[in-house]
Amino acid sequence: MKKIILALALATAFSAQAVEYTQVQPDKSAINFTYKQMGVAVDGKFRKFTSQLNFDPTKPTTAKATFEVELASVDTGAPEGDQEVAGKPWFNTKAFPTAKFVSGAVKPLGGNKYEVGGQLTIKGKTQDVVVPATFTPQVNTGVFDGSFTIRRADFSIGEGSWAKFDIVANDVVIKFRITANSK
Amino acid sequence: MSYTKTAKALHWLMAALLFGLLALGFYMQDLPLSPEKLQLYSWHKWAGVTAFLLVAFRLFWRLAHRPPALPASMPKRMQFAAHAGHLLLYGLMIAIPLSGWLMSSAKGFQTVYFGVLPIPDLLDKNKEIGDLLALVHKSLNLLFIAVLAGHIGAALKHHFIDKDDILTRMLPKH
Repeated sequence: MKKIILALALATAFSAQAVEYTQVQPDKSAINFTYKQMGVAVDGKFRKFTSQLNFDPTKPTTAKATFEVELASVDTGAPEGDQEVAGKPWFNTKAFPTAKFVSGAVKPLGGNKYEVGGQLTIKGKTQDVVVPATFTPQVNTGVFDGSFTIRRADFSIGEGSWAKFDIVANDVVIKFRITANSK
Repeated sequence: MSYTKTAKALHWLMAALLFGLLALGFYMQDLPLSPEKLQLYSWHKWAGVTAFLLVAFRLFWRLAHRPPALPASMPKRMQFAAHAGHLLLYGLMIAIPLSGWLMSSAKGFQTVYFGVLPIPDLLDKNKEIGDLLALVHKSLNLLFIAVLAGHIGAALKHHFIDKDDILTRMLPKH
């Protein structure tokens, strides 16, 4: 019995390792954010983003990912909030319609954990970021989960009267879940 | 016969607080989004929670300390109207902060008392329910303003036309 289980486990492991995940499923993926407004956590999300992904669990260091988020698709939970953050002091979507993440070095941390280095560009400003992510293989698909924190001031998000952090905090946590099918 | 000192203090404290809350509520909703607007919303919520706590204590106090009777000279139907009006005032003083709290939850902006004490969200974020509760909150406040106008008008009528002690017995030095 033990041998059979071992054989099954190996077979499963082998079949899981033999695939490359490239087809991101937008309807099963989400990019959300959380920030603090006068100490109160408030959630929002981006409805639209495009992506390119190549991830082979057997060769994680060669993995590549590019995400481009349509900033005007922001959902802050209030229409006036959506309008405000699209404007000049925040994202200035007319001049900078998208935010872009381009992966660099991918470091396997053991198990299903990875550390994805990369560059994040918002509003014409680029910052190096390190994104911890977990990968969960499922039947024919794989799910990437993770979160990282950016400081909005690093990207000049919220200028002028919003520049102080007493009302809207500097830290913004970006949370994502990306579901990708194998080829 | 007069009210207890505590009942009088609660009456005038809440009168000041509720006028402030009404004015702030109607003022802030038309402001363009700004840090000041978000600050005012937070202050409004904190003041609203305070009003709810005060009315809860006031109800408890009222049940424990019977208020003075209405003048025997008042016709029965006027006495009934006075009691119904006070019942409505208490009902609205409870319902309005509750609707504001539920609206905040449904709109996804949790109420955190003075920025430190989170008040649990009873409702999940839901745009339709949030918009509906905003309408409920506003409608209840419009009704409250109408009942308040009746309350103040009746007190003045008692004082200047009926010349009884209905108004003065709520004053501090009566």
